Amino acid sequence: MLLSLAQSALPIGISGIEKRFGGLSVLHDLGLDVAAGEFLTLLGPSGSGKTTLLMILAGFVRANAGSIKVGGDEIITMPPHRRNIGMVFQNYALFPHMNVFHNIAFPLKQRRVSAAETAERVERALDLVQLKGLGERRVDQLSGGQRQRVALARAIVFEPRIVLMDEPLSALDKSLREHMQIELRNLHRRLGMTTVYVTHDQREAITMSDRIAVMNAGRIEQIDQPEALYARPKTKFVAGFIGESNFIPVECRNGSVWYEDRKLRMSDAAPSTGRHLMVVRPEKLRLVAGPEQAGDVNALPATVGDVIYQGDSFVCYATLKDGRQVTLRDYCRSDVLARLPAPGEPITLGIDAQDVVLVADQ
Amino acid sequence: MSIVSASLAPAGRSDRALNADALAADARRESRGMLALLSPGLFLVFAVIIVPIGWLFWLSLFDETGQLSASNYARFFEQASYIKTFVTTFKVAFVVTGACVLFGYPLAYMLSQLPRRAAGVCLIFVILPFWTSVLVRTYAWLVILQRKGLINTWLIDLGVVGQPLPLANNFAGVVIGMTHIMLPFLVLPLYASMKSIDTDCLRAGMNLGASPAATFRQIFFPLSLPGLASGVVIVFVLCLGFFVTPALMGGGKVIMWAMRMEQTTSLYSNWGAGAALGVVLLGVTLALLGLFQWLLGARATGVWSRR
Repeated sequence: MLLSLAQSALPIGISGIEKRFGGLSVLHDLGLDVAAGEFLTLLGPSGSGKTTLLMILAGFVRANAGSIKVGGDEIITMPPHRRNIGMVFQNYALFPHMNVFHNIAFPLKQRRVSAAETAERVERALDLVQLKGLGERRVDQLSGGQRQRVALARAIVFEPRIVLMDEPLSALDKSLREHMQIELRNLHRRLGMTTVYVTHDQREAITMSDRIAVMNAGRIEQIDQPEALYARPKTKFVAGFIGESNFIPVECRNGSVWYEDRKLRMSDAAPSTGRHLMVVRPEKLRLVAGPEQAGDVNALPATVGDVIYQGDSFVCYATLKDGRQVTLRDYCRSDVLARLPAPGEPITLGIDAQDVVLVADQ
Repeated sequence: MSIVSASLAPAGRSDRALNADALAADARRESRGMLALLSPGLFLVFAVIIVPIGWLFWLSLFDETGQLSASNYARFFEQASYIKTFVTTFKVAFVVTGACVLFGYPLAYMLSQLPRRAAGVCLIFVILPFWTSVLVRTYAWLVILQRKGLINTWLIDLGVVGQPLPLANNFAGVVIGMTHIMLPFLVLPLYASMKSIDTDCLRAGMNLGASPAATFRQIFFPLSLPGLASGVVIVFVLCLGFFVTPALMGGGKVIMWAMRMEQTTSLYSNWGAGAALGVVLLGVTLALLGLFQWLLGARATGVWSRR
């Protein structure tokens, strides 16, 4: 049964992965646990090692050290064709000399599935990716989105234990990409296969993933659910890579946080000492009435630099007293628009105590 | 009325007809210009291809006495030596093409799998013979293969054989010499087509459960076929008209079509018969190309009809 993947989904345990290309170290002592049936995304800039990790999982690249366990079985030395892992390639890698049917039937043919069952399963896979009736088409007669779906059908038709996807949507245009994100997400919900997804598009990662592992320079900086990753970044890199951030230098003394001569309130426990960066998302900054600290809102005096109207929202660039530029973004509600500041006007920026997040200043 | 408003709303004309005559005249002028630019090329094709072939065909219709007759063509069916030459020519072409595939496919595969730099160096060795005269290379093979040549001397000195092996001045010599000369013609298009195979397709094959051997058989080999077909066609057609190597390496025992032509014209001065030989070779070659095209599809014989 094609719809029974949920029962066979297996967890992946990755530990101690080292990879060097020549003298260049690409992955350092990398560990990662993926739960059975989870949709986990490796997110990072190019060169962060996310694709290399995926290639090691698929068996196309040999690691220098480490362990990959799928449901408790070590697979690190297993050749790729015995791993039973489905993969969707960035450029789809469809076989140009075969039609859609034979592309999707390929993994079944290797597994000596009977002709009748193959036809039935290919038909069901085509149905699943909404390509019913296109089995006889040649690959070069398909649009980009259709090729993507064929690649997907081919990767799941043999009911693999794990599905890997290497930036599968990067070649599609924006609207199709957003549509396919939702479709992939729904397909994953229906089939429940353990999925490792690679992308450099943070929006895509946030839209689709159960958890996101942010990679940078061969290490995992943070693994968390999308909401936690956005609201509570743990490093400067994560805060800067996911979404927009204002970084405001603060100092911690005796468990309280100081920006210049102002004591800031924060709902999380403050680090006891040292210089840190306060991470504030542009939409978490608000325009407040006066310079006094009121309740749980931190107030920072600033001067308006420029206000840019963007239709649904506006962006306000302001300069703090220490000369640092910060960005504020708010939706164009009528009450906000009514008291939009003018360039040069002194204002007070408010930050709720619960939105104050500190990261180490590297 | 200003110019702008006149062109936006011309009086008494529909929008479709706006400037239609001027645009049509412009299109005609462009076609004439294109034709003028093409004419030197067209003239060259006419002067050096159409005219000589037409002349050849014309010549083949006259017998030795200058009378219009079909005797030059009738000879192919009447004289056994002609038929034998024809068979020999095809036999040599088949065997040489086969040998080229046998040696060339693994060679091209190895080249395509090497790192870029190493492949570049090895390709130079494949292309190097191209820069040497066919005559020189054929004599070099004679030195190596003849009764008292390098190979036979070594084999006898080492006691492997008692009698020198018949390697030159026969069919084997012709095949060895021609295979060496034809190999690059097969390897180069094959290498190019192997190089263009997406490595992700091979990875996908293995990922989907095909062993390395199965991936080669089901994906790499079919995808390399267009290049192989190109190479086979080039080698086979070149073999049919080859002269120097069979003339020198055959020792007079292997008479190919082109040698027959040379004999007919320079030895017997029978231009009509020689021309008829040429016309038949041309016809057979074209028929073969057509057959290849039909068998492998337009895409497979990519050299002369790339989509």
